[in-house]
Amino acid sequence: MSIGPAQCEISLTVNGKPRTVRVYPMERLLDVLRHQLELTGAKEGCGEGECGSCSILMDGALVNSCLVPILQAQGANIVTVEGIADASALHRLQQSLLNCGGAQCGICTPGIVMAAYHLLRKNPQPSMDNIKEGLSGNLCRCTGYAQICEAVAEAAAHEAR
Amino acid sequence: MRSDPANFELVAPGNLSAVISLMAKHPGEWTPIAGGTDLMVLYSAGKLTARKLVSLWNLPELRQIQVSDNEVVVGAGCTYTDLREHEVVVREFPLLASAACWTGGIANQNRGTLGGNIVNASPAADSLPALLVYEAEVILVSERGERRVKYVDFHTGYKQTLLALDELIRAVCLPRQFAGYISYSRKVGARNAQAISKVCVAALGRVADDVVADVRIAAGSVAPVPIRLRETEQLVKGKAMNASLVSQVREMARIEIHPIDDIRSTAAYRSAVLGNLVAGFLERLSAQIA
Repeated sequence: MSIGPAQCEISLTVNGKPRTVRVYPMERLLDVLRHQLELTGAKEGCGEGECGSCSILMDGALVNSCLVPILQAQGANIVTVEGIADASALHRLQQSLLNCGGAQCGICTPGIVMAAYHLLRKNPQPSMDNIKEGLSGNLCRCTGYAQICEAVAEAAAHEAR
Repeated sequence: MRSDPANFELVAPGNLSAVISLMAKHPGEWTPIAGGTDLMVLYSAGKLTARKLVSLWNLPELRQIQVSDNEVVVGAGCTYTDLREHEVVVREFPLLASAACWTGGIANQNRGTLGGNIVNASPAADSLPALLVYEAEVILVSERGERRVKYVDFHTGYKQTLLALDELIRAVCLPRQFAGYISYSRKVGARNAQAISKVCVAALGRVADDVVADVRIAAGSVAPVPIRLRETEQLVKGKAMNASLVSQVREMARIEIHPIDDIRSTAAYRSAVLGNLVAGFLERLSAQIA
């Protein structure tokens, strides 16, 4: 693959569907998701990889989409918060966040969901320390961390049943 | 102000030889970008001066960890996650694995690379003191060929390195000679994750015949580059531990460093904390002396 410098076509899979976008190669994956693909779940908080609000999965790995130039997502499999549940029901993590009061203003919530989703895929039965580490890159300015961690533990316990 | 993507070029040649041939044709013109955890931060803030970038992300030649009898060769494009999940790295180079675990958060660990951490050359980089105490070497590659240099010589000044304009780091070599050493590492920062260190320390020591037979201590965020505390090491080597030695060592460590005041901390704090951390390491070692 050799693309650039002008606008180019990038093909990637987003939430299971093949998509092609016409972009400058240094556009941020976050901006392409939000503005071109109209997936506004991922949020821009800090724009420097500190807050985790823009967390998504790229080829199965949790990444901050604000730090990914779109060219590096060529051919990648992207999963955003819009892609983890079907239209009829919430994902278990989303339900647990509701149950536990783990979503307050909601800005950090999509990133929290994706970080927790990534954690539970790698480690379905995490300890509380594992949960704290898995979410350590996600800041909640409402500071509702205890409820968020409880929600992830509840979701894991539910899945184990 | 945010950067305009229309003002930047980014290419992804897709293999290492195509990248180094591009860099050979126009030395200094193309800035390599791997996981973007440093450069994309500058880009988002409108502060990235490079206008032409070449992607190293996921180049297969840079994303391998090869284990031989004498050494472990870590591709420069390996991420912190690759390091912390690699069985041999975790077992034999725990200082590097633990630094990988406390760099950024999980999302940054999935993108940040060891080579990027070295080339970015931050004095506060968490993984670099570990490379110093393990006596790592780096393999530099360009179209002119490869050269292997000691990592300790790589940083020539604040944000200055040995890399020529057409060169990349291909791999980091870790000698497998530290079995039986006690490892000690500490990061002191505002919070565990996502915080740049105020001071970080990596140290290795071996006790034999009731004395410290060998010792290596390195620290970050206390000088323009990550440094080995060689005079402090000399003071300890061959000695049995006692309270007076610990206090001499604490003083020597503070003399050897050159910390500054900045937004994260003060020189006085860094100096005091470094002394305490080195003393903490010696207490760990002396616990091994019966």
